[in-house]
Amino acid sequence: MSTNFKEGTWNEKIDVRDFIQKNYTPYTGDASFLAEPTKRTVGLREKLDALLAKERERGGVLDIKTDTVSSLLNYAPGYLDQENELIVGLQTDAPLRRGVNPFGGIKMAREACAAYGYILSDIVEDEFQYRTTHNDGVYRVYTEEMRSARRCGIITGLPDAYGRGRIIGDYRRVALYGIDKLIEEKQKDKKAVGEGSMDVDSIRLSEELYQQIRFLGYLKDMAALYGCDISGPAKNAREAVQWVYFGYLGAIKEQNGAAMSLGRVSTFLDIYIERDIQAGVLTEEGAQELIDQFVMKLRMARHLRTPAYNELFGGDPMWITEAVGGMGEDGRTLVTKTSYRFLHTLHNLGAAPEPNLTILWSTQLPESFKKYCASVSCGTCAIQYENDDLMRPYYGDDYAIACCVSAMRVGKDMQFFGARANLAKLLLLALNGGRDEIKNIQIGPQTEPYPDEVLDYDAVCKRLDLYRDWLAKTYVNTMNVIHYMHDKYAYEKTQMALHDTDVHRYMAFGAAGLSVLADSLSAIKYAKVKCVRDAATGLICDFTVEGEYPAYGNDDDRVDSIAAGQIELFHKALQQHPLYKNAEHTLSVLTITSNVVYGKKTGSTPDGRKVGEAFAPGANPMHGREKNGAIAALNSVAKIPYAHCKDGISNTFSIIPDALGKTEQERYGNLCAMLDGYFSQGAHHLNVNVMNREMLVEAYNDPDKYPNLTIRVSGYAVNFHKLSREQQREVIQRTFHHAV
Amino acid sequence: MQYKVAAVSENKGRINAFQTFGTLEGPGIRFVVFFQGCALRCAYCHNPETWSMQEGTSYTVDEIIEKAMRCKPYFGDTGGITLSGGEPLLQSAFAAELLQAAKARSLHTAICTAGSADLCGARGVLEYTDLVIADLKFTTDNAYRKYCRGSLQTVLDFLQLTEEMRRPLWLRQVIVPGINDTPEDAATLCGVARRFSNVEKVELLPFRKFCLEKYANLGLPFPLQETPEADAETMGPLLEVLGKCRF
Repeated sequence: MSTNFKEGTWNEKIDVRDFIQKNYTPYTGDASFLAEPTKRTVGLREKLDALLAKERERGGVLDIKTDTVSSLLNYAPGYLDQENELIVGLQTDAPLRRGVNPFGGIKMAREACAAYGYILSDIVEDEFQYRTTHNDGVYRVYTEEMRSARRCGIITGLPDAYGRGRIIGDYRRVALYGIDKLIEEKQKDKKAVGEGSMDVDSIRLSEELYQQIRFLGYLKDMAALYGCDISGPAKNAREAVQWVYFGYLGAIKEQNGAAMSLGRVSTFLDIYIERDIQAGVLTEEGAQELIDQFVMKLRMARHLRTPAYNELFGGDPMWITEAVGGMGEDGRTLVTKTSYRFLHTLHNLGAAPEPNLTILWSTQLPESFKKYCASVSCGTCAIQYENDDLMRPYYGDDYAIACCVSAMRVGKDMQFFGARANLAKLLLLALNGGRDEIKNIQIGPQTEPYPDEVLDYDAVCKRLDLYRDWLAKTYVNTMNVIHYMHDKYAYEKTQMALHDTDVHRYMAFGAAGLSVLADSLSAIKYAKVKCVRDAATGLICDFTVEGEYPAYGNDDDRVDSIAAGQIELFHKALQQHPLYKNAEHTLSVLTITSNVVYGKKTGSTPDGRKVGEAFAPGANPMHGREKNGAIAALNSVAKIPYAHCKDGISNTFSIIPDALGKTEQERYGNLCAMLDGYFSQGAHHLNVNVMNREMLVEAYNDPDKYPNLTIRVSGYAVNFHKLSREQQREVIQRTFHHAV
Repeated sequence: MQYKVAAVSENKGRINAFQTFGTLEGPGIRFVVFFQGCALRCAYCHNPETWSMQEGTSYTVDEIIEKAMRCKPYFGDTGGITLSGGEPLLQSAFAAELLQAAKARSLHTAICTAGSADLCGARGVLEYTDLVIADLKFTTDNAYRKYCRGSLQTVLDFLQLTEEMRRPLWLRQVIVPGINDTPEDAATLCGVARRFSNVEKVELLPFRKFCLEKYANLGLPFPLQETPEADAETMGPLLEVLGKCRF
């Protein structure tokens, strides 16, 4: 084991947290120590920028390697500029060249190639002719009901044709222990499984462990292609960064999961960096160079997607989420100098959406770190904030964020990702007796459509209860099928090898259209809502609203309690149904960019929203309905109960710089006060954009003007130019808080 | 200083709107109460919807304090409640009661006013005011009458009162091209500011025309329709004069 680290239980068993707690150095100072990029970094950045420009020119995909199936050992080593790269390793054999990953479904891979003018090679087509993909498996079992629920869009974005993602390998283990030790531990676990009784679960686990061990070996071989021996622990800072990156690289070569997060590596890496600096073998410039180059590699990660996928998850995101900061259970801050170094990459390399830097905010964070985060937000719009004081009691102090807002203990928890259900559409379905209001097909249990002209709150709620139960059951069943098949045909071997064998599992359900549902019910309760029926079909196709109703987003309990109550009801309805592998039911209020698509697939709603109009993203209030300023809007969202939404509650906040304060210092101070205020009430997440709407309009009209314009959307950041035109328009329409 | 919670009052104030996230109406994050009603008719007024004394919605002190307290977690060490308008001093009894209740809850209190008000009522409000932000619209009586239809002397008397009561004072002025945009104008403003020992800062706000839509919706003509906005070029020399001025 590595020398001169303080020993602890981490020497006896796999326990990265113990290693961190025993060895890290909290940092409470300011940002003045940070170094500029080195010449080498600048040179690499120029090369990368040129490639990125070419990628943009070619419509978003630079190149596809169509004749190789992506995996750990299937590509020759690739480089951006071998001589100057301190941290090496590419997903394929060339920078930004995308691999094909047909394990989720061959059709998806084929369509994705075709969308960019490529043809999937016959070699791959032939091979997968004799293979069952995850997608094949799912469709062998899907019922008619699941298919129609999916088709009409009451549940959408299900990971049934692509990798489910949302699993965070503990990539730090590669650096701390080396592969040989990890294999040894997994072999012990496998032996122990074999000594018990062999039932379905233990046989499956044993086979999974076999796969994990095999892929740990591949990981070692993959590193060897780049001339690195990762069989033992990393011996210095550069090796630690490289070993961690190899772990991550193996995962993204094997899997094309929607969100492939990095975890919580900065404070871990700081221990190695600090030790090298103390020993006089590394300078601050050198330390920053390692982090800059690591981050540059992360920014080069790509998956090949279809246009339909991009509608839901706009902007080509990878969700390489890195959780930064937070507080330890012993009261020491987990902020280190390397927390700053990660954020500083946004200056040294320019603003960019990846990695998805997520600040674990605590009111106890060092003041200078808070201010620094605020300055980065004001300068780049590239970071998001999540409430460490809220999550720490659930997950301890070594958790990370998968995707946008999903917390899990690193290496100890995993989740089965489940996209989301459309709660606004559920209301319409309930009113129309189980018929889809747009496609006019029966998808839920058939009942008499709502008989009266004027909607009565209690009667509507009763119907909603019935259809919510139906939706919950259908949703759970669908998820169970998907994750059974994903485990069977596209199991995450590398990532699960970097977890404890006895892992805790979440199944993450999601809700979209919460603000539309809450406002609709509020309108029914406090105003007078009349149904308008289609003469030909008899379906309720529109509504008239007489009078005013309290809208979600104004800190008004009359409607905010409806929103909170509906979420609780949905979570409890889901909990009625047992889950695959005994997972724990969790729920998120998060849309990614699917709020646009969901809106398209949903008829007019009783809140006055018209057919096809976009929903608000995540848990945001509907655009323009907030009448009392930003805090009232934040307070409404803060009331959504995290206990029922442990998979996260996403809120995107946009403000023009002038409204945040007059001077830079005032802006930073006000942003910190705002975050403290929001999170001290138990709120969960906030994306912060500080920018003028005019700039977005300009970028919309003249995409070349702001090629690197980065904005936060729903739990992640995107290059504005990578969004579809429709998504761009929706972002421009969103509420920007401004001075009165 | 000790403040006591006033007895529950039937007294209601006419309020035009609330802004829960104000950052320009005093230090830190402010809960801003926009009072309904104003007696001035400033040519560049941005809130014509607050002029009428009849409109707005009635609120009790408790109702407003409850809203303010919902914002308290965001105030940190610096934020608080600000009364603006309209002219908060036109409802001085209500404003005083509101600020008294705010002080009783340890909120920092500020008022944004033109200072064109009855001194007796103003005294009651200032009793519970931690910071006065006064918009000194023009520094000659002529201009004040012409562009605001008010009296400069009334405003100066009010400023005098804030000095007597030792209330920290921020002075503001909107700079309108062609009306008060010369370095001499700025020097005169500095001269006025120097007469009051309680002035902490003087801020110049560039004239903007964001309010055109509001006027159009109300069917009112905007008197400065043809006047250009104050750009950086206009503001630069004035800010320079201000920078050299000591209060």
